[in-house]
Amino acid sequence: MTELDNLTEAIVRGDRKEAVRLTQERIDAGDEPKNILAALVKGMDIVGDKFQRQEAWVPEMLIASRAMSQSLALLEPLLVAAGIKPEFTAVVGTVEGDLHDIGKNLVAMMWRGANFHVIDLGTNVPSDKFVEAAREHNADVVGLSALLTTTMPAMKATIEKFREANLPNTKVVIGGAPITMEFAREIGADGFAPDAASAVGLVRELVGKA
Amino acid sequence: MTSFRTLAIENPTQLLFGVSPRPVTTRSGMRIGGGLVYPELNFTLPTMLVTEQTMPEVLRHYTEIVTEATRRAAELEAPGLLLEFEALPPMTENPDWGMDVVHVLLDGIEKGESKYGLKAALRVTPNDTREMIRPPRMRSGALYENMLALFERSAAAGADLLSIESVGGKEVHDEALVSGDLELAIFGLCVMGVRDMRFLWTEITGIARRHGVHPAGDTACGFANTAMVMAEQRLIPRVFAAVIRAVSAVRSLVAYECGAVGPGKDCGYENVFLKAITGCPMAMEGKTASCAHLSPVGNVSAAMADTWSNESVQNVKLLGGMAPICSLETLIYDCRLMNEAIADGPEAARTLRDWMVRSDARFDPQALILTPASAVRVARAIVVAPNPYRAGIAAAREAIAILSDAAAQGACKISDREAVWFDRMTDTLDDLPSDEDAFIERTMAQVDRSTFVAEDYLLAERANA
Ligand code: B1M
Repeated sequence: MTELDNLTEAIVRGDRKEAVRLTQERIDAGDEPKNILAALVKGMDIVGDKFQRQEAWVPEMLIASRAMSQSLALLEPLLVAAGIKPEFTAVVGTVEGDLHDIGKNLVAMMWRGANFHVIDLGTNVPSDKFVEAAREHNADVVGLSALLTTTMPAMKATIEKFREANLPNTKVVIGGAPITMEFAREIGADGFAPDAASAVGLVRELVGKA
Repeated sequence: MTSFRTLAIENPTQLLFGVSPRPVTTRSGMRIGGGLVYPELNFTLPTMLVTEQTMPEVLRHYTEIVTEATRRAAELEAPGLLLEFEALPPMTENPDWGMDVVHVLLDGIEKGESKYGLKAALRVTPNDTREMIRPPRMRSGALYENMLALFERSAAAGADLLSIESVGGKEVHDEALVSGDLELAIFGLCVMGVRDMRFLWTEITGIARRHGVHPAGDTACGFANTAMVMAEQRLIPRVFAAVIRAVSAVRSLVAYECGAVGPGKDCGYENVFLKAITGCPMAMEGKTASCAHLSPVGNVSAAMADTWSNESVQNVKLLGGMAPICSLETLIYDCRLMNEAIADGPEAARTLRDWMVRSDARFDPQALILTPASAVRVARAIVVAPNPYRAGIAAAREAIAILSDAAAQGACKISDREAVWFDRMTDTLDDLPSDEDAFIERTMAQVDRSTFVAEDYLLAERANA
């Protein structure tokens, strides 16, 4: 096992202290920042796979993702200096009128774990705010969550705002318990994910293709 | 405030559907908990916005629902019908809109009574809109005032029962669920939740008293049902969700300490513990609420029901008719069966109850924790504890003991991956101070204080410490 493999392992175990220690050690040893980053992301991918196979719980994902964030914080200045950006920038929020946020939080957590730069706008987010944030952060993807039948129309309104705003490089994806692929198509969303784990693959596929 | 130090129902054999020591009588004469299980129908709108422009359409939906529901209930000779108007947030933010719906429903109920002689009653459940801003303001502000206005005006208009799904403490509890943190969950439910409930339910019972209506009860939906739905999606262990359910009873109990009389709100599955403690009748939901969310407690939840609910369904067309009416029909048949068993005597009723219990309890720890035997054990642990914090710990310990014993005896399906959580949760409990103040001190130092306003929970001094 290489030192970077150990780092990956520490992320998989969610061992925050060890992950941070090994990240610092690799930085001090002069390893390429992109290789250190790859080791971190690999750790999260392994946890993500375990989660999808129902071998890990969300709390374990969260611990791993916190270990990843703290390690990443050390690496950040070096990544910026080397011009390495997160894979994608994503804006996420629960639409106006809707306060259900656990599903949205899980999507944000999965995206962060996959090394997306995530701006979480919270709940009850007006459509204009999504557009502003997407423009400000030059977002590759915007994720809308809704749990109420009476807030699903707010998704449609938000997508219309995006079309008006003319941000062709920003994809809008949606999800939430009452949402279906059919509804996503009907309102012109670029994609739909039935759960948080598949939201990662969806973005990679959608934006990766673009 | 009443302090429940003993159980109203000590013996699990006495915990039974349709019967409770303190029945509640509605204006139309339905005696809930007095020997019959009544259907409680809940309904919601299909995909649409609620705005001033759409209000006529909104009212058309509610008129159709109440007209058809009273007609079908009468056709099927239901002994009574409880309708729940669970408001949608814009209807609480604009109490005029909420009241338009209340009037439509009361009017429909009155017509049903005069046309068919149907006994019917209305439960009004305003939304806890206080959290429309974050961090929420729990004790002041326009959102809070409008929420109380909908309570007050509904009571004045003649709603029989007042309820809410309140959310005080959820600000930290969400984090507790995703991180599997029992300590933080106890803080959210038994410290923050209890403090908010004391405040809110003093207001609600005051309103109910002024208008001569029943303050019915609350639910830990935003806590224990979130846990249940997450466990159902295999995001968190079911044993953790089951323990959260037991602890959540400490929070929901506060409504009764402040004067609530039942029937407790349908989605509060912790109502089984509350029925044992308070003797008040309880609404329950299970298999007939699968239109709203899936659950592993479809039958066992009926074992102690005094009203039997579908939780919620959109007013959309199904092959049999509009969805709320299809739901109502199923509820009525479920109730007929339970009422027939009651009519055959306590032994017959207990046989049906035990079938409902056994048919679920071995498959899921969340079902096992709701059985009459578990309910009495957890309830007893709660009432003998000296304060809500210690009651939370006691409920959690009792739930862990029940579940781990069952796992060891093979009496309930609990995988190894889940069983490791027994030790994990016990370690957490062992590490907690026995003194509530010390606990608050310690947790306030770790918790994310940006998510709530400490003074609204009378925790401001601790926040500054
Ligand atoms: C961007 O891309 C993506 C991709 C995937 C995405 C995504 C975005 N967003 C989600 N996903 C997906 O990934 C996630 C993980 O895999 C999944 O997320 P979910 O959010 O589905 O799953 C979560 C992990 C766990 N699931 C949940 O947390 C929701 C569970 C249920 C039971 C539920 C809960 C717990 C709550 N609720 Co609410 N609640 C219900 C829910 C029933 C149901 N069938 O969903 C529902 C949605 N609620 C309902 C109602 C009525 C309400 N709720 C309300 C409040 C609450 C609580 C606060 C009590 C609590 C929320 C807790 C929280 N922190 O979010 C109120 C509204 C508040 C508001 N303004 O939004 C209130 C109006 C109730 C009231 N009396 O006030 C019903 C909707 C009815 C309707 N008309 O649509 C409801 C179906 C329950 C019911 N009564 O039957 C996927 O959907």
